[in-house]
Amino acid sequence: MGKRTALYNKHLEKNAKMVDFGGWLMPLHYGSQLNEHHQVRRDSGMFDVSHMTVLDLSGQRVREFLRYLLANDVARLKNVGKALYSCMLNEHGGVIDDLIVYFQGETKYRLIVNAATREKDIAWITQQAQAFDVEIREREELAMLAIQGPNARDKVKSLLPKSLQESALALTAFNAVWDDNDYFVARTGYTGEDGFEIILPAEQVTELWDGLLKAGVAPIGLGARDTLRLEAGMNLYGADMDENTSPLESGLSWTVAFKPEDRDFIGRSALEAQRDKGNHPIMVGLVLREKAVLRGHQVVTVADGKIGEITSGTFSPTLGFSIALARLPAGKYEQVSVTIRNKQLVAQVVNPPFVRQGKACINL
Amino acid sequence: MSEIPEELKYSKSHEWVRLEEDGTVTVGITDHAQQALGDLVFVELAEVGQIVATNEQCGVVESVKAASDIYSPIAGEVVEVNDLLSEQPELVNTDPYDEGWLFKLNPAEDSGLDDLLTASEYSEFVATEEE
Repeated sequence: MGKRTALYNKHLEKNAKMVDFGGWLMPLHYGSQLNEHHQVRRDSGMFDVSHMTVLDLSGQRVREFLRYLLANDVARLKNVGKALYSCMLNEHGGVIDDLIVYFQGETKYRLIVNAATREKDIAWITQQAQAFDVEIREREELAMLAIQGPNARDKVKSLLPKSLQESALALTAFNAVWDDNDYFVARTGYTGEDGFEIILPAEQVTELWDGLLKAGVAPIGLGARDTLRLEAGMNLYGADMDENTSPLESGLSWTVAFKPEDRDFIGRSALEAQRDKGNHPIMVGLVLREKAVLRGHQVVTVADGKIGEITSGTFSPTLGFSIALARLPAGKYEQVSVTIRNKQLVAQVVNPPFVRQGKACINL
Repeated sequence: MSEIPEELKYSKSHEWVRLEEDGTVTVGITDHAQQALGDLVFVELAEVGQIVATNEQCGVVESVKAASDIYSPIAGEVVEVNDLLSEQPELVNTDPYDEGWLFKLNPAEDSGLDDLLTASEYSEFVATEEE
C-alpha cells in the first residue's frame, strides 16, 4: 500500500489517475497530460510535491558540513533565503541524489531531496554528519505544493499569510522567505516557468489547494511534470544520473564547485581525476523531427559507430516533436542515429534547455 | 470506467470492430485502450490496398507515455484509413468509437469476424486483465 499525501482525497475529487511513485500514491494526470502541460506553460498549474523529503539541518558547524557533503559550494550563498542546486556524491563521484539547499541562517539550512531516495539519503547524511555534530530533522509533518506558470505568482499572492505576501512577491529567482509558523515560500520550480514552491504544515495544505482551485490554478500530475522539466532541460534523478554516473557525464558540471581548490568535498578527487583524464561521456539534448518518440534507454549511434543511450525522452507538447537527453561517448556531434522500433532515425544534437518561459529556445 | 458499446465486436488486443451496411468493417481502439495509453501524439497506419492477416501488426499508436502496436482483428484489405488522425491524433482519446476510428477493411472470406469477443465477453476480459 503506497503512502498518501495530505492531498490524496483532493486528487481523487479531481478524478486523478493515481500511480505508485517512489512508494507514494501520486496523481499521474487528471484527464489529459497534454492539457495540463499547456496549462502550466500558458497560465498556471499546481503540483502536489509533498512526497519530497524536507530535511532541516542545524548546528554550529553545519556550513562546514555542507561544504564537505555537497559538490556545489554553500559558501556561494551570501544572503539568507538564497537557494542552491547541488549533487550529493559518493566517493567515486557518482550521484547519490540531487537536491536544493536553502540558506536559512548561519547555523541553519534546509535540504529538499527526492522521495524515492529518502532512506539512503538520510542514512548517508546522518553517517557523514557524525563528525560535525549537526542535527538532522526530517519534517514529515510538512506538505509541499508547487505553483508554476506565467500567472502563478499572481494567483497565489492573496492566499499567502499576510505577513509573507509582500516579501514573497518581492523574491527574486532562487530565493525563499518564511515565517515562524513553518510557512515557507520559495521562487523555485521544476518546469522552466516562473512560480513558487510552498512548504507548509500539512493540515493547512488542503485550504491552500482549494483556494488555488478557486483562483483558476489547475491541478497538474506527474506526467506533465516530467514533460515540463524535460523541455526545461532539467535532469531527473534515477533516469539522467545515478550512483554510477558523475555530474560531469550528466550535464551537471556547472553544479560542481572545484573552486576554491582547498575545499574538500566527497567525490572531489574522483571528479578531478575524471576531469583531468578527459574523454568521458557527455550529456546532450536531442531533437527528432519525425513521427516517432524518443524514449529512455533507446540506443544512440554516433558517427564512428560508438554507442550511447537516451536517458530521458518524450514528446514535447510545446514544440510538437520529440526531445530527449542522451549520454554519448566523448565527442562533438551535430547528428546522431537513434534506434526506434528497429528503425534508424536521425536526430539533431542541441544544447538544452528546449523550452523556457513558454518559448522554444533551440535553433533548428 | 470505460465505455464498451454493445453493438461492436472486440479483440483481446483492445481493438473494436464494426460491421458496416456496405459489408466493410471499421476498426479502432477501445476506450479502455486509449485510457491506458494516455494522450496520443502520433498515429501511423497501414496503407490503403494493403492485405492484412488476422492479428497482423498494421499500425502504431504513440502516446506521451508509450508506443503500442495496432493489430488487425480480422483478415482483409485496407480500403480506407482515417487521415484526420495525422493532424489530430487526440480524436482517438476524445472519441474512440466514432471520429477516432483507425481504418476500414474489406473482410476476406473466413475473416475471423465470428471469432471476436462480444461486448460482455470483452468487458469480462478487461476485468480479468486488471486483476
